[in-house]
Amino acid sequence: MKRLAFLLMLLTGPALAVLPSERLADPALEARARALSLELRCQVCQNQSIDDSNAPLAADLRRLVRERLVAGDSDAGVLDYVVRRYGDYVLLRPPMREDTALLWFGPLAILIAGGIGAFVYLRRRKLTVEAALTAEEEARLKAIVERRE
Amino acid sequence: MAPELGHIALILALCVALIQSVLPLAGAQARDPALMATAKPAAYAQFFLVALAFGCLIYSFVVSDFTVENVVRNSHSAKPMLYKVSGAWGNHEGSMVLWALILALFGAAVAAFGRNLPPGLKARTLSIQAMIGVAFLAFIVFTSNPFNRVFPPPPDGQDLNPLLQDPGLAFHPPLLYLGYVGFSIVFAFAMAALIEGRVDAAWARWVRPWTLAAWSALTGGIALGSWWAYYELGWGGWWFWDPVENASFMPWLVGAALLHSAIVAEKRDALKTWTILLAILAFALSLVGTFLVRSGILTSVHAFAVDPKRGVFILAILIIAVGGSLALYAWRAPMLKAGGLFQPISREGGLVLNNLLLGTATATVFIGTLYPLFLEAIGGAKVSVGPPFFNATFVPLMVPLLIAVSFGPMMGWKRAELGAVFQRLWVALALSLGVILLTLAVDKTRHVLAALAMGLAAWLIFGALIEWAERVKLFRAPLATVWSRAVNLPRAAWGMTIAHAGLGLMVLGITGSTAWQTEVIRLVRAGDAFDVAGYSFVFKGTQRQEGPNFIATRAVFEVYKNERLYAVMTPEKRLFPAAGSTTTEASIRTNLLADLYATIGDPEGAGQPGAAGPPAFLTQAGQDVAWTARIYHNPLVPWVWLGALVMMIGAGVSLTDRRHRVGAPQRLPQAALPTAAE
Repeated sequence: MKRLAFLLMLLTGPALAVLPSERLADPALEARARALSLELRCQVCQNQSIDDSNAPLAADLRRLVRERLVAGDSDAGVLDYVVRRYGDYVLLRPPMREDTALLWFGPLAILIAGGIGAFVYLRRRKLTVEAALTAEEEARLKAIVERRE
Repeated sequence: MAPELGHIALILALCVALIQSVLPLAGAQARDPALMATAKPAAYAQFFLVALAFGCLIYSFVVSDFTVENVVRNSHSAKPMLYKVSGAWGNHEGSMVLWALILALFGAAVAAFGRNLPPGLKARTLSIQAMIGVAFLAFIVFTSNPFNRVFPPPPDGQDLNPLLQDPGLAFHPPLLYLGYVGFSIVFAFAMAALIEGRVDAAWARWVRPWTLAAWSALTGGIALGSWWAYYELGWGGWWFWDPVENASFMPWLVGAALLHSAIVAEKRDALKTWTILLAILAFALSLVGTFLVRSGILTSVHAFAVDPKRGVFILAILIIAVGGSLALYAWRAPMLKAGGLFQPISREGGLVLNNLLLGTATATVFIGTLYPLFLEAIGGAKVSVGPPFFNATFVPLMVPLLIAVSFGPMMGWKRAELGAVFQRLWVALALSLGVILLTLAVDKTRHVLAALAMGLAAWLIFGALIEWAERVKLFRAPLATVWSRAVNLPRAAWGMTIAHAGLGLMVLGITGSTAWQTEVIRLVRAGDAFDVAGYSFVFKGTQRQEGPNFIATRAVFEVYKNERLYAVMTPEKRLFPAAGSTTTEASIRTNLLADLYATIGDPEGAGQPGAAGPPAFLTQAGQDVAWTARIYHNPLVPWVWLGALVMMIGAGVSLTDRRHRVGAPQRLPQAALPTAAE
């Protein structure tokens, strides 16, 4: 049922996230607020940032972010503040910790493992590769190819 | 009558699929031509029966037969005809019938067009294909029957989710499924090859057209979905790293890797076991995607199936298919003979790099999409993995891949010299540097990364064009020669040039819309004028609009460029009374270089969503009402989808290569020839 409520909320007016009344007068601060909003998840939505969401809770968070910015917090300070109140779940870029190590370094590990695998495969096969053509053979081959064209 | 006929057809199709999954395979094992020959009529029959069932379902929707539960829940008598028809697959049960239909379609296509296939391979392939058919037809018949009746029938239906009532979304699922399910045939070919214990250049050549067709359709399906999100969701964005998007993106990435590795398998008889593995993975990820979407494990806009019983069934299919195929792979793959040799710096080496990066990119998307579920399942913390994660991990993998794209085709098979390749590419390099400098000079925001990305796009486009120019000897031979070389150039080579250039166009679109988007969010009253990215907007007020099954408020903006009327933009908000929900219709004006994009929100002071009574946007219509307007200027954004279209065309052109149709060169059927291609 809760899921259904989500869906309905999504459906009743998907547009309209940031409202004109929420915006800060200072364009630099507002730009920072927008950038931060993209990093924060609307907790009652499916996979939407608070910048995209029109849920009331997202609007509250947007206001909170702007309040903290006006109060003089740094970007990291604002995120810290929001995480202290709402937990790590609000971060769309999960923190690097022990339990997210696999998430953050898994792809890199796969790249390295795949790279080593490809290297070993090529190395092993290179040992058996036959001698390359000599310059003379190369020239003869070229002559044959050109004649055919 | 039609629902019963459809239901019976589904059950019969299941029976036929059961027979087809046993007899031809047994025939191939026993070398019995009569048993093997059952594959063809069975594949035709299965397709006919599923098509009949699908037709019955569509008929029920078209005539608004409200004795059928599925029609009641997803249709309405006042709905436009297009959406009555597309409503048939805009729901869980119907979309599974579409899945089965496309599965059967591919099976029948192999039966019809696979004349040059060895009978054993063909019989085994069609049997494997039928096994997948059995799984999905059983799933439909036992858990997702689209033909359930209701009594007493309600006077009218509950209407289709209005977000789905859209031409883009009417065709998005069929295209997407053509891609998803198309990989099933590649999978079936891979399984058949493993059972036979033989993979050769001929096999790779038979598989490539099917991979091309599936990948091309998947490209179209994803692009259409992304375009729909862009104009329908009203955020001006086109890719959200939503799990459902990722679900279709993963098979696309692996499919792209498979396309490339199959070339090595075909031309050089190398990377064969790897190609088989990719064929398995492409379909496995299609199943994972189906599972993620159908099980409701990720509830999002797309996930209209919320029923755990179905989830368990699909999970079982997934485990049996993936587990079984990987076990067969582990058992048989070591028996496959390694083929042609090559140096690390060679065309093959470049394609290995392509596969390494595409494979890692797929793994990144896979881990990112499933990690929150995984962590929750083992009782860990709740985390969110969103766009910032994917941008930080996926994009760095794409940059080296895209740089490598222009090098690859320039390299010779077996052994190449980077110096010589550079020499042939210096024009592309110079042009790309020129584009970077030009971008920096013109761009007032001095966005360095964006300038570099523009250079990358230019590198892809010019790289593709130069490779083509070299092949046809442009500027280096008389025009007649160039013409005849261009005409005689294999279609596959044309296809590659087009697809790689399309990729470059897409990078152009991604860069432009990400780096230089202008956004204006403001309250507007009738008569207000304001500027967006050099265009002057005048808000003329709102009108009430009545559609077939909705009521709308339409806002009218006049847009002036250099004092002259450039466009009239009319974004809408619509209420669908039957479904009880509202949608936003963006108004988009494109000149192909940039989009103007306007949406209208609620009037000022409107209540929270969910308040009773008609929504504020319909009741407040006076002149003094202030409306929230969001206007975007999205530079280059059309090229995101046009680039995808060009890639599709490239794949399509490659598909027409007669070498794909004629089949293998004669010397190959014996296959065991050591390093035959030397």
